[in-house]
Amino acid sequence: MSSQQTASSAALGKADSVPQDSYISNEYGIKSWLLTLDHKRIAILYLISMTAFFFLGGAFAVAIRLELLTPHGDLMEAETYNKFFTQHGMVMVFFFLLPSIPAVFGNFLLPLMLGAKDLAFPRLNLLSWYIFMIGGILALYAIITGGVDTGWTFYTPYSSTYANSQVMVAGIALFITGFSSILTGLNFLVTIHRMRAPGLTWFRLPLFVWAHYATSVIMLLGTPVLAITILMLALERGFGMGFFDPKLGGDPILFQHLFWFYSHPAVYIMILPAMGVISEVISCFARKRVFGYHFIAFSSMAIAVLGFLVWGHHLFVSGQSAYAGMVFSFLSMVVAIPSAVKVFNWSATLFKGSISLQTPMLYCLGFIGLFTIGGLTGLFLATLSVDVHLHDTYFVVAHFHYVMVGGVVMAYMAAIHFWWPKITGRMYPEMAARFSAIVIFIGFNLTFFPQFLLGYLGMPRRYHVYPDEFQVLNVFSTAGASILGIGYLIPMVYFVWSLWWGKPASSNPWQAKGLEWTIASPPSPHNFEQIPVVTEEAYAYASDAQFVSAFDTDDQAKQSSHV
Amino acid sequence: MSHNISSLGYYLRVFATLLILTAATVGAAFIDFGAFSTPIAMTIAMTKGLLVVLFFMHVWHSKKLTWLFAAAGFLWLVILIGMTFGDIVSRGWQGQPAL
Ligand SMILES: [Cu+2]
Repeated sequence: MSSQQTASSAALGKADSVPQDSYISNEYGIKSWLLTLDHKRIAILYLISMTAFFFLGGAFAVAIRLELLTPHGDLMEAETYNKFFTQHGMVMVFFFLLPSIPAVFGNFLLPLMLGAKDLAFPRLNLLSWYIFMIGGILALYAIITGGVDTGWTFYTPYSSTYANSQVMVAGIALFITGFSSILTGLNFLVTIHRMRAPGLTWFRLPLFVWAHYATSVIMLLGTPVLAITILMLALERGFGMGFFDPKLGGDPILFQHLFWFYSHPAVYIMILPAMGVISEVISCFARKRVFGYHFIAFSSMAIAVLGFLVWGHHLFVSGQSAYAGMVFSFLSMVVAIPSAVKVFNWSATLFKGSISLQTPMLYCLGFIGLFTIGGLTGLFLATLSVDVHLHDTYFVVAHFHYVMVGGVVMAYMAAIHFWWPKITGRMYPEMAARFSAIVIFIGFNLTFFPQFLLGYLGMPRRYHVYPDEFQVLNVFSTAGASILGIGYLIPMVYFVWSLWWGKPASSNPWQAKGLEWTIASPPSPHNFEQIPVVTEEAYAYASDAQFVSAFDTDDQAKQSSHV
Repeated sequence: MSHNISSLGYYLRVFATLLILTAATVGAAFIDFGAFSTPIAMTIAMTKGLLVVLFFMHVWHSKKLTWLFAAAGFLWLVILIGMTFGDIVSRGWQGQPAL
């Protein structure tokens, strides 16, 4: 390490030695949390509530995989199974995946990355959390008082006419939760436009911020359509107004059009912030500026727009016109391009970088591989003729789990490890974390890769029984799910452990670039003592292999012998 | 703008226009324009929506960036309705009855 760098990191260390009044310790008591306007505390509220939803959704997944261990329905009845996969999907999509990275890390990091004291509308931010919780509790109420069995997609006519479960309550829950998403998107957009520090021009923004900008656009323009769709469903189900039922003058697949107009872009609400995380982490652990910064920034915006033009690929076999199908198929191929641009640019970032395999980087590499598989199999499904065979099979299930779990959850795990020292002021145990990252990677692939094969062989999704010949692959999948489950429990244990016994983190344990690493860990309530002035572009890493030795982790002692 | 946008009279004038257009909607419903019934009703409705967006929601007096976001909302509406109708219109081309 050069003397200049040593000097600067020593100076940082001195300036930020264990802060007396961080945002965590400046106030105590339940009221100081539930009425807080501090974006960092609100992020923690989201983190805790969404972790609970994640494990609830996970519990349904465990029950589903247990049932599928054998070809017969020996654990639960068909109707119970319908409720379990519906509730798994509903909880995971609406109460974990959609808000996950924006609500936790976007909330915590956007003001820090922009050099601001808070988001533009702190009260609106707290309101978003309360709306999220009201929606979440209502969804729990629906689950407890009878459950929902329509599938997370709520397709009519089943949801509007035939289902006897708590469709209305669940629908209202999602309607309410949507507003949380809209308000968060609005808050982020205004913050990014208005609260950038002096010198922080658009093309000096971290790519995490660009990703959240694009995400917010989708939240703002897409979510109202979901709300309207649910409202129409409720009006038809409750009052017999004809929107979807041909007998009442409706169009039978209009619901699918409206639902997927939001819900395909919703996939990008989940994956774009994840991509933002990957850009941050990969440049830090390759000690290199992200390759093709402008292309990654613009590809986020391209995804935000093009993502709205492809929804019809969910309707190829639903009675949609073949001509519309051709257009949607073509456009679905087009939307793959900006995602591919990102994957190529991340790979190019690794090229000749000085790579170190800390836990966030392990998740990051996992993301790139798994997201690529998830994305490419999406192209299979976007091909008209192939989709006729694969539609509604386990191939689809495997595809979107590669994108959502292999992509979004991997990035979420990368983010929580990368910024844990900043959020809590404590380091997590590196070796345990690397171990669980590998367990999760193995468990994930063992769970979902067999499902590609099952789908290709023709096993339909959403049945609790299946022909005997599919059992071997289902046993693999269930075995993988139990490994995956353990992989997710290990971080729960060591993160909680680290809150008390973790090594105190310096302000910049990864020697990373970005304004959030220039302030104390954990930050003070108002983040910056003085508004910072930005004079350099993002990711201005000096390529220096020996930087690695400065990492403030368990094996620092081991590595410092290289210096 | 030279108008005082916080004055009550300004909003009352917009409100009066909206009431007149509402009366026009009701009136048009009693007259059979044949194929033009729907376009006429839609035009009146869109004019009303535009008045609300431009004046009650202050877009008329806002910066270009606000215009851009408001316009984006309408562009998205065009995508939603346009591509959905693309399906519904072209269903009949396959020799099946159009719905
Ligand atoms: Cu889609």
